[in-house]
Amino acid sequence: MEIKVCIGSSCHLRGSYEVIEKLKSLIAEHSLENKVNLAASFCLGKCGAGVTVTGDGEFWEGVTPETVESIFKEKVLGNK
Amino acid sequence: MDRVFDTKVQLLKYKVVKAVIERAYADNLDQAVYEIPKEIVPGPKSDMRCCIYKERAVLSERVRMAMGGDKDNPNIIETLPVACDECPMESYFVTPACRGCINHKCMESCPRGAITIVNRTAQIDAEKCIECGKCAKSCPYGAIIELARPCVKACKIKALKINEDKTAVIDNDKCVMCGACVYSCPFGAIVDKSYVLDCVEILKEAEKTKRKVYAIIAPAIVSQFKYAKIEQIVEGIKKLGFHQVIETAMGADITLGKEMEELKEKDKMTTSCCPSFVMYIEKHFPKLKQYISSSPSPMVEVAQLIKRTSPDSKVVFIGPCASKKYEYKLEKTGGAVDCVISFEELQAFLDARGIDVATLEESPLNNASKYGRIFAKSGGITQGVKELKEKYGVTKEICPIALNGLEQIRINMLKMNAGKLPENFIEGMACEGGCLNGPLCLSHGDKNIVDVDKYGAQAREQDIAASMTLYEMTKEMKK
Repeated sequence: MEIKVCIGSSCHLRGSYEVIEKLKSLIAEHSLENKVNLAASFCLGKCGAGVTVTGDGEFWEGVTPETVESIFKEKVLGNK
Repeated sequence: MDRVFDTKVQLLKYKVVKAVIERAYADNLDQAVYEIPKEIVPGPKSDMRCCIYKERAVLSERVRMAMGGDKDNPNIIETLPVACDECPMESYFVTPACRGCINHKCMESCPRGAITIVNRTAQIDAEKCIECGKCAKSCPYGAIIELARPCVKACKIKALKINEDKTAVIDNDKCVMCGACVYSCPFGAIVDKSYVLDCVEILKEAEKTKRKVYAIIAPAIVSQFKYAKIEQIVEGIKKLGFHQVIETAMGADITLGKEMEELKEKDKMTTSCCPSFVMYIEKHFPKLKQYISSSPSPMVEVAQLIKRTSPDSKVVFIGPCASKKYEYKLEKTGGAVDCVISFEELQAFLDARGIDVATLEESPLNNASKYGRIFAKSGGITQGVKELKEKYGVTKEICPIALNGLEQIRINMLKMNAGKLPENFIEGMACEGGCLNGPLCLSHGDKNIVDVDKYGAQAREQDIAASMTLYEMTKEMKK
């Protein structure tokens, strides 16, 4: 799976770097380095609330440094 | 529009560039060289030169420069012989203020006996004069003045020569394209080549193919366009057809990080972000080339990062710098930057497209740290190294020096070449004050530094860590 985090100006202000750091440690924590590729992109074209993140092209809603862990668990680990 | 520029010469260049951009969008460039001069100088009266025909002849040359200039001349700065006013040659000149006194201090002070008194007035024999200036200093009436040509005076490395026919000529073997002569010639006879037509092509093609075009803006921009907010300028640039506007300061963060890595290995290092400083060492002190930092400049660094995250995109740099127009074409940049335009040209671009930035909504700008942003001022990189070196594991003693302007660079490189420069981290910026006083800025002045410092303090990131994380993350990404 490829997770793309937007690092454009709006998302940066909402904490995209914190989201990246959390995703990095979550990937390491669950030993997913070979399965999940973390990438960055300047503006994914969906400037709304939160940091724009996609997983294999699918937009994840409402990602913030606070919510990223639970969203990661749902989308990547399949925990509802 | 007068209020935006410091000088009337800038205004004239702006009018020409704007007209060229308008015609490029209207596919009407064929007759530009003949028609634009007539539009700008409709006549019948002239107010810049002897007649409207001379004015139009000069303007035709300006149009040629706005359309890219002489492709066979590698220098991005050219003199326009027809525009050169052939300023007087004598460097010291006795004015009518000479009282014909009895003391004749001028005569006494002259080491070469070049001054004689004729009809109770001092006269300088140009053959004997060595231009030391002692006579001017000694005259109690200040009656002897220096009549240096502004271009020659501005060129601190003596790359400007005067031809036999008294017009200015650039010595390409010496010139480092800092652009000081461009800004200082009161007749606008020395001009930077413009690549706005390439930029128009990139944007037109992108509109058809949906290709993403990124604008990377130099941090000095915050001291410019003072009639609007920086966020409105960002929105204005997007309206021109750019997908995103990104701070070059993000590249500066990375350059700073890399330079600190290099410092761990190197005993002595000169900075690489100012292309004119790099060129100066290469052309004038080849022996010192080994000390130039191998880290790419902020412009190249951020452009490479963008291309790694968005491989089919194009990148246009917008800045105050003349020599960036040369740097981006160098082989070592690997084509990371596709075009370079100046702040002056950006103003022309916005107006040609009918975009009034002061009325626009605000678009956020936040990609870089405080340290990247203050790269725009002389001493900025040095400040970064001083404050961050311990955090980034540079254990050796760092003794930095910030060389502000080509004159300081010249003096200290002479010392370094002789092995007599004690400092080991040498920051160099060809423009006095740094990029915030670049030759292609709209407005120049001491106040610009206040804006740059303020902008640095406003950065969300107060450390380069975020930019370095991103650099590490994208390093592995496919090209």
